[in-house]
Amino acid sequence: MTLDALNISIARPEIFLLSMTCLLLVVDVFLKQSQRNASYLIAQISLIGSLVVIWMNMSGQRAEAFNGTFVVDPLADILKIFICAVVALVFVYSRDYLKDRNIFKGEFYVLGLFGVLGMMLMVSSNHMLTLYLGLELLSLSMYAMVAFNRESGTSAEAAMKYFILGAIASGMLLYGMSIVYGVTGSMNITEIAAAISTQGEMHIGLIFGLVFLIVGLSFKLGAVPFHMWVPDVYHGAPTTVTSYIASAPKIAGFAIMIRLLVEAMGSLQNEWQGMLMILAVLSLAVGNIIAIAQTNLKRMLAYSTISHVGFILLGLLAGTKAGYSSAMFYILVYSLMTLGGFGIILLLARAGFESEELKNLKGLNKRSPWFAFIMLIFMFSMAGVPPTVGFWAKLSVLSAVVEIKMLWLALIGVFFSIIGIYYYLRVIKLMYFDEPVETAQIDSSAGMQIALSFNGLIILFLGIYPGALMSLCFSVFAV
Amino acid sequence: MSFQEVIFYLFSLALLLSAGAVVVSRNTIYSALFLILTFFTTSAIWLLLQAEFLAITLILVYVGAVMVLFLFVVMMLDVNLARLKEGFIQYLPVALLVLVVMAAEMIMVVGSDKFSTEAYPLPVPKPADYSNTKELGSVLYTDFVLQFEIAAVILLVAIIAAIALTMRRRPNTKYQSPAKQVMVKKEDRLRVVKMDSE
Repeated sequence: MTLDALNISIARPEIFLLSMTCLLLVVDVFLKQSQRNASYLIAQISLIGSLVVIWMNMSGQRAEAFNGTFVVDPLADILKIFICAVVALVFVYSRDYLKDRNIFKGEFYVLGLFGVLGMMLMVSSNHMLTLYLGLELLSLSMYAMVAFNRESGTSAEAAMKYFILGAIASGMLLYGMSIVYGVTGSMNITEIAAAISTQGEMHIGLIFGLVFLIVGLSFKLGAVPFHMWVPDVYHGAPTTVTSYIASAPKIAGFAIMIRLLVEAMGSLQNEWQGMLMILAVLSLAVGNIIAIAQTNLKRMLAYSTISHVGFILLGLLAGTKAGYSSAMFYILVYSLMTLGGFGIILLLARAGFESEELKNLKGLNKRSPWFAFIMLIFMFSMAGVPPTVGFWAKLSVLSAVVEIKMLWLALIGVFFSIIGIYYYLRVIKLMYFDEPVETAQIDSSAGMQIALSFNGLIILFLGIYPGALMSLCFSVFAV
Repeated sequence: MSFQEVIFYLFSLALLLSAGAVVVSRNTIYSALFLILTFFTTSAIWLLLQAEFLAITLILVYVGAVMVLFLFVVMMLDVNLARLKEGFIQYLPVALLVLVVMAAEMIMVVGSDKFSTEAYPLPVPKPADYSNTKELGSVLYTDFVLQFEIAAVILLVAIIAAIALTMRRRPNTKYQSPAKQVMVKKEDRLRVVKMDSE
């Protein structure tokens, strides 16, 4: 085998990111605490650089590398670009928060970047081994990031829960993979698909493996009934880490769902459709109803995430091109608006004060009309109120479900999102109609304020002009 | 029953019993030692499958390194096992019921009849000079070079995470500095006080 046969060059973005992260790791050791901003800059350069490399690498064609274990296609390119952009925003939002809590360290960025590398590998995997290793790389970085604030007991508890449940989920996923490997005789996703479609009679072992795969994936995505870790981890982790966990990894989770369920086991669609249906309906119900009872904004957003995962599963289970593209549109939009929601918490937090309770938002309009308006956009978008983009995301998922003649499922989706509107509107009521309890000025850096405003305006802009992103999502699926 | 089958059933039985003992034994040290026995019997079964490289690695890595660390942790943590095992008897009937139902279901779904030797022919036995290690080495750095590299990155992340989470500088810790001790002069320590004799 020659080096050319490996076709390494299409993995340029990953190679670039890995080299930059190692550079950051070395440079950071020699920096004084006062020069720590340099680490931040290198981290941002790595992300923006990877974004540029992905952009230059884009060919619009499907290409495989490393003996068919690694694939680059339009789907992978778009998702990777979003992952890099979202994590770059997370880093912008986190700088002040980390400085205020004396955890402004290079390791935060190193672990964050390694997590991005894991996500990019997950997105590009065409082999179950690549997929699993990418997932572990991401998970390991996230476990450490959750425990990053060593002084906090709740962080340590959240990290422990996350680690144990994550390990169980990985075990489930691996067991499912081993069964699928046993039945099809291959770990390569293209070969698995071929082996399944040439099989005369459906092997029951495949469905057995599929169940474990779906359980493992649901754990990682946080779909009910595998959601127990989500509220505790979102609440216990430092808010910067929560914004990281809640946004980009979900995009990667979507990608591995597409790779495993659609690309490898597409011909088993009848089987996984039913399983996803149960997960979706339960996620919508539990997420939206329990969120009402929350008094902590981070926990509320955690339950809101669960309900959004339900919507994404609705799109996936439609099993059509419209379904997949609407789920992809939803996940991209979701990552931007959730990031914004946590961004507002980070904006209002200051040294020694977390601002994560709902009551801390009271009267935000009097303190800062502009950011109250930005938060209003995020909340409207999560609730699915036009003219924000959340409306189009929900609409496209629901229409994909209606198209496959499952009106009742779409009605359930609508029913629970109406329940969900209540707790989003409550946030708006607190901001606009209650008297402020806090009076402190918002003293975040200009960069963060600009980035957060930009994030909010994008949600509004996409809500008015959703066509471009929608057709982009539609174009990447060949089915 | 051939000799190989006798060996297989013997080791499988030992494997299952020791795995069960890991869970039920009262003493954490016993649990750890039973886990070592589990690894040994597993590696014996792998040897029967002609996977000698994996079998030896399992013993070297898990028995030799991981379990020793594990025993250290058990000794240092002093876990109160009696409290951990509270409710063990109370939940046992329910747990056993779930176990039996799940095991029966799994046997029905993926029992040995689903993986019959007609559908999945036995692998051809390898010649005596076949080297498992060599075969693994020939694909590890070529076909699976990407996975090999990611595994290396995962280990790097584990190191970084462990250091980031545990290393702390305590400014007021008391410690000795040999260099300072050696460099010390008489004037630094000794003060001669002149006093009138009385």
